[in-house]
Amino acid sequence: MNTLSALNRREFVQTAATAALAGFGSARAAAAPRSKAPAGTGRHPAWVDVNVTLGRWPFRRLPFDETSTLVGKLRQQGVTAAWAGTFDGVFHHDLAAANARLAEDCRRQGRGWLRPFGSVNPKLPGWKRDLQQCAEAHQMAGIRLHPTYHGYALDDAAFAQLLVLAGRHRLIVQIVADLEDERTQHPLARVPHANLQPLVPLLRAGTGARVVVLNWARSASLPLAKQLAEAGACLDIATVENVGGVDNLVRQLSVDRVVFGSHAPLFYFESAALKLQESALTAETSWAIRAGNAMRLLSPV
Amino acid sequence: MTIWDAHIHLSGVPGDTPEARLERLLEYADRLGIERVCVFMGMKWSYDPSPDDLRQQNDEVWRAIRHFPERAFGFVYLNPNHLAASLAELDRCVRDGPMVGVKLWVARRCHEPALDPLVRRAAELKAVVLQHTYLKATGNLPGESTPTDLAQLAARHPDASFIAAHTGADWELGIRALRDTPNVSVELCGFDPTAGVTEMAVREVGAARVLYGSDAGGRSFASQLAKVLGAQISAADKQLILRDNLKRLLTPILQTKGIRI
Ligand SMILES: [Zn+2]
Repeated sequence: MNTLSALNRREFVQTAATAALAGFGSARAAAAPRSKAPAGTGRHPAWVDVNVTLGRWPFRRLPFDETSTLVGKLRQQGVTAAWAGTFDGVFHHDLAAANARLAEDCRRQGRGWLRPFGSVNPKLPGWKRDLQQCAEAHQMAGIRLHPTYHGYALDDAAFAQLLVLAGRHRLIVQIVADLEDERTQHPLARVPHANLQPLVPLLRAGTGARVVVLNWARSASLPLAKQLAEAGACLDIATVENVGGVDNLVRQLSVDRVVFGSHAPLFYFESAALKLQESALTAETSWAIRAGNAMRLLSPV
Repeated sequence: MTIWDAHIHLSGVPGDTPEARLERLLEYADRLGIERVCVFMGMKWSYDPSPDDLRQQNDEVWRAIRHFPERAFGFVYLNPNHLAASLAELDRCVRDGPMVGVKLWVARRCHEPALDPLVRRAAELKAVVLQHTYLKATGNLPGESTPTDLAQLAARHPDASFIAAHTGADWELGIRALRDTPNVSVELCGFDPTAGVTEMAVREVGAARVLYGSDAGGRSFASQLAKVLGAQISAADKQLILRDNLKRLLTPILQTKGIRI
């Protein structure tokens, strides 16, 4: 059910993030400031969540860890498409099988609603075949990397090689910096933060890969995020904290480098949605974050 | 829904004065429909504040809330390592001043007997005691309390009411540690919006003992509010967590002070 289908664009921009508060807001739950809405895309405005994960989180059952219930939840909130990886892609060695299941799981949701982002680990024997299968057999738009869980640093030669190969296959490369706060990890599965600094020179050197960094805010400072953005990466908002964090991020980086990622179902989806409302973004900025930038990544010039 | 936030600070926003910072924080709170906030600790923090530092931080909170009497409650920040000074601050800020609760942070683990005189005095004044609790896989600070520490303290003071700030952050452990201590409420602020926390808290301790808080400005109001608004619980339970429980905990002291809400 898309409760927003009856709204026009401008109303949507003002109320989209409010969906999470629907029925709860007091009179003071103010909407985003009015400003001129960008040229139309019809009555079902796009909202792309670039950071969802399917399957089972090993350490607890999550309220939406069945694909169909997750999709139902996202749709009900007004999301129109999501980019999905899998927890299997983090923890399994047989990534070819994990990626095939992911592709099938996404296909079952119909009409490209979920876009699969298969996992590739450049330290695994035969990783190039995984990448090739993601691009060719599964026709994926991109791949998802978990350098910290897969145990390599971003100055590893294999990672540079992967970026080049991904660029050649026109794959978007999502790099997941963290999955959870290092302070509350399971004692048997303590994973360090990613050092994202080596990514800056690689991006500047121009590998041709379009890079999106997810869950980065505990791994990278704002100045480093700015360097990454200037070098061409997009960054999601799932772990951005501080009051008005998204507004602050847009000011520091650039509007076209910030994308909507919720990290659902490990995080409550409403967290990312309400951040847009807390930051009181202009209609243009909100649109770019919710959909415009993700769409641009999918169809590069 | 009406929303009161049990836990914010004068941090994470620009502003040269405490009231300027609180004003900024309330602008953000407005966008999410948050009506009232509880504020504690000053513009610069320290793990083990001296008596002078305590007084200064409490003065800053006092000054900030004076500008927003309809929106902000103050909690007095105390340090059990300075008992006499802390008792004096309790009298100055709560008995004789506008504050309605106590904040204890990481100066000393709260199961220690050193806290007993502070808690006894807080209970006499009907002030709720909010104690930071965390369980860090990376290692707690030497004076940092765990939920189990707070359960011990609360068991010694059945007539006092406590708030377990952060519920230990590793909330599956924190909720279990506090489940059987009825005078402790579990508060949801200051850790990632990990799905399931509120559902488990409601299941294990009951919605009447769960409180929304944000830890803004270091955290976003949004990410923390999502823990309640996004939870698979009833609308009635959400209202308890978002305001009614906190209001109930504060009512005795508000009545004593003649503060009408
Ligand atoms: Zn705090």
